[in-house]
Amino acid sequence: MAAQSQRLEVTLDTQLESVDLAENIVTRVAEAAGFGEDDVHKLGMAVREGVINAYNYGNCQDKKKKILLTVEFEPEQMVVHVIDEGCGFQLSDVEDPLADENLLRTSGRGIFLMRAFTDDLAVRRGPTGGTDLVMSKKLPHRVSGNGRS
Amino acid sequence: MVVDFGGKITLGEGSAMLRRMIRELLDTGHRKILLNLGDVDYIDSSGIGELVGAYTTVRGTGGELKLVYLTKRVRDILQITRLYMVFDVQADEASALRSFG
Repeated sequence: MAAQSQRLEVTLDTQLESVDLAENIVTRVAEAAGFGEDDVHKLGMAVREGVINAYNYGNCQDKKKKILLTVEFEPEQMVVHVIDEGCGFQLSDVEDPLADENLLRTSGRGIFLMRAFTDDLAVRRGPTGGTDLVMSKKLPHRVSGNGRS
Repeated sequence: MVVDFGGKITLGEGSAMLRRMIRELLDTGHRKILLNLGDVDYIDSSGIGELVGAYTTVRGTGGELKLVYLTKRVRDILQITRLYMVFDVQADEASALRSFG
């Protein structure tokens, strides 16, 4: 039997409230998927940082623009996309927040935190030219109750 | 001056409140500030930015800003961002107060 794919898609307004909303949605989904408390928190934080990025830098707080949040389940991992309607950016242009000269900067840690809290982070071009932040985390290991595969 | 800060230090009201609080303390002449973050269970990149901003602002006035009673989540974030070694994180209030110059 083919595995059923599960996908959730939410269109968010470019407003501060969307940051909390996106985090809450993803943490609830992660909990339902069986992630432990620590991983649920990390996924929530990573998505929070992604939406902050989309809100501040992607959509430049333009209320006319939208942020698309999708959550998909692949056989081995949960994949979250945060897509904005901005101009896109190059990961290579993001300075290293751990470098000595950047430690006392008041911004610039979002991408780093997304990477730290997920198994993989990719930055792609979104369908309208903006940024598609793709975050993935391996699903928690599940053992069937009767020991059969 | 010991200040108890609780809740979340995140984008929006939490970060703004921290910024206002530090401003008020400096405006009223306080230069030795100990932030008790024992009730802060969540901080995001904006909150980290506010803490860093508070640190550099207080230092810019010739003062000192220290942190005490970090929760595990806040401590972990400060460690992975290398800020744990920047902030003067104290184990308890008594030793923190003694450590002020």
